[in-house]
Amino acid sequence: MNRRIEPASEPRPAPPPNRRASPRRARSMASYFTNHLRAFFASLGQLLRTPLPTLMTATVIGIALALPAGFHAVLSSVQTVAAGWEGDMAQISLFLKPSVKEVQAGKLADRMRAMSEVAEVHYISPQEALAEFEQSSGLRDALAYLNENPLPGVLVVRPAAQFAEPAAARGLLRRFEAMTEVDSAQLDLAWLERLHAMVGLAARGVWLLAGVLSLAVLLIVGNTIRLGIQNRREEIVVTKLIGATDGFIRRPFVYGGMWYGLFGGVIALVVVNGLLLSLSGPARQLAALYHSNFRLELLGGAATLGVLTAGALLGWLGAWLAVGRHLRRIEPV
Amino acid sequence: MIEFHNVAKRYPSGHAALRDVSFAVARGEMVFLTGHSGAGKSTLLKLIALIERPSAGEVIVNERNLTRLGRRHIPYHRRGLGMIFQDYRLLQERSVFDNVALPLVIAGEYDQRETGRRVRAALDKVGLLGKEKYYPVELSGGEQQRVGIARAVVHKPVLLLADEPTGNLDPDLSREIMALFEAFQRVGVTVLIASHDHDLIARMNHRVLTLHQGVMLNGEGAPAP
Ligand SMILES: Nc1ncnc2c1ncn2[C@@H]1O[C@H](COP(=O)(O)OP(=O)(O)OP(=O)(O)O)[C@@H](O)[C@H]1O
Ligand SMILES: [Mg+2]
Repeated sequence: MNRRIEPASEPRPAPPPNRRASPRRARSMASYFTNHLRAFFASLGQLLRTPLPTLMTATVIGIALALPAGFHAVLSSVQTVAAGWEGDMAQISLFLKPSVKEVQAGKLADRMRAMSEVAEVHYISPQEALAEFEQSSGLRDALAYLNENPLPGVLVVRPAAQFAEPAAARGLLRRFEAMTEVDSAQLDLAWLERLHAMVGLAARGVWLLAGVLSLAVLLIVGNTIRLGIQNRREEIVVTKLIGATDGFIRRPFVYGGMWYGLFGGVIALVVVNGLLLSLSGPARQLAALYHSNFRLELLGGAATLGVLTAGALLGWLGAWLAVGRHLRRIEPV
Repeated sequence: MIEFHNVAKRYPSGHAALRDVSFAVARGEMVFLTGHSGAGKSTLLKLIALIERPSAGEVIVNERNLTRLGRRHIPYHRRGLGMIFQDYRLLQERSVFDNVALPLVIAGEYDQRETGRRVRAALDKVGLLGKEKYYPVELSGGEQQRVGIARAVVHKPVLLLADEPTGNLDPDLSREIMALFEAFQRVGVTVLIASHDHDLIARMNHRVLTLHQGVMLNGEGAPAP
């Protein structure tokens, strides 16, 4: 073994001289990024060295994230279909003044057809209205006593898709009401508004669920990181003794939490898309029975990004909170 | 470099480990700190490294009054020191190389080649150049001690604090390590060594501070020996 002791000329006292001509600021910036990059990959390596526990924690996080993400996917499929229904169902009936003759009504209908807010206009003349009424009411004999048709002409307007939603349809209704030819206008919204309220409630439910489960993710990550801190207590003590700042010690744990969250997000995506795929066939069959074009869509780009970001952020935050609480208590003795 | 003014240290248990200790060590001086087991040597070193705070009195290190040094500044204070511990305090899960590199990593050294060069220079000085890939458990007590010494000097500290640095070394190795400390002292590093190896201390021509039951026998204003 080599036991050579260096002559005295070698060691130089601190502070270490700037070896390179690089300015101090550039140096400290570089070391800042190096420190972060190091912790970023070191924490990843640390997790991958114990793949099974890492996978288990990430799976728990993944399930917690998958629940709101899955409900969100189902809900947005429902919303797509509901938007289709709105387009079909939103109808504005314009009852024309008795003085408006059929030719005028036809012109008005043409004018409306030219509006971008309107998808379709259908004219029902007073005669057609009467015939329809006779048929549906069974009052043919009674009506025969009337020497004049009491029914007005009606324009049935279907708004364009963007104006089918309740608030916009109501605005359209008010504009039509103001037209000189129109006596009164009517919009049947109850069904639509009920559907909207239900979807809105469900959406709020999904957000609440997401909130509660985010808290769960914070706790899971926090607890995992707390155990990690306990296991590496001695290492923390020693690095503190050598002059590590709290930030330096915190960094690998916080990045570790971020990785956990990110892995959890990936697992959530796999779980949700897997479930959606396996359910989409039966769902389509069921919808076909109801003559609906309902389809379960996989998570879109924005939702995918959202799940991954939420996972990483929650992991980061959970770790940060846990480290802040536990690190201060570990002091060298 | 080091000044103690009427320093006392009472542990929460009530034990008075140091009583009214006053002394000074000049910049570039090499001083031994001796005394019986439990005399307070480790405690004194811990006060310098701010591992413990004094119950009374003032500690000034490198012209900095530690009494008023906030928690946030402690890491930067420690980076100027090189500490060698009685129980080595190596990271068991890291290789010898990584252990020695730690002070550089903490200080934000980003140049891998520079780090490697400095770590190998430090390991070379303690005669462990061939063992950089080993883990602490694979080393003997003396070898671990020397890894600890390499780690203490790798970042070229202004002040070297050593707590029983030769406790596990054979006489030849002890002499070489002491020669290494002297080499550092000659280039301006202040060295304070706690030891009860009287033979070794006697052979070397350096000032000796003696603690007895927490009292400094030959500091300033201390009872004459
Ligand atoms: N953390 C602590 N809490 C309570 N008492 C302590 C603590 N650390 C040390 N002591 C006490 O303070 C006294 C001085 O301890 P110290 O470790 O400074 O002695 P020492 O001179 O280094 O001894 P040795 O040569 O055995 O290492 C001892 O009596 C010890 O019991
Ligand atoms: Mg001791």
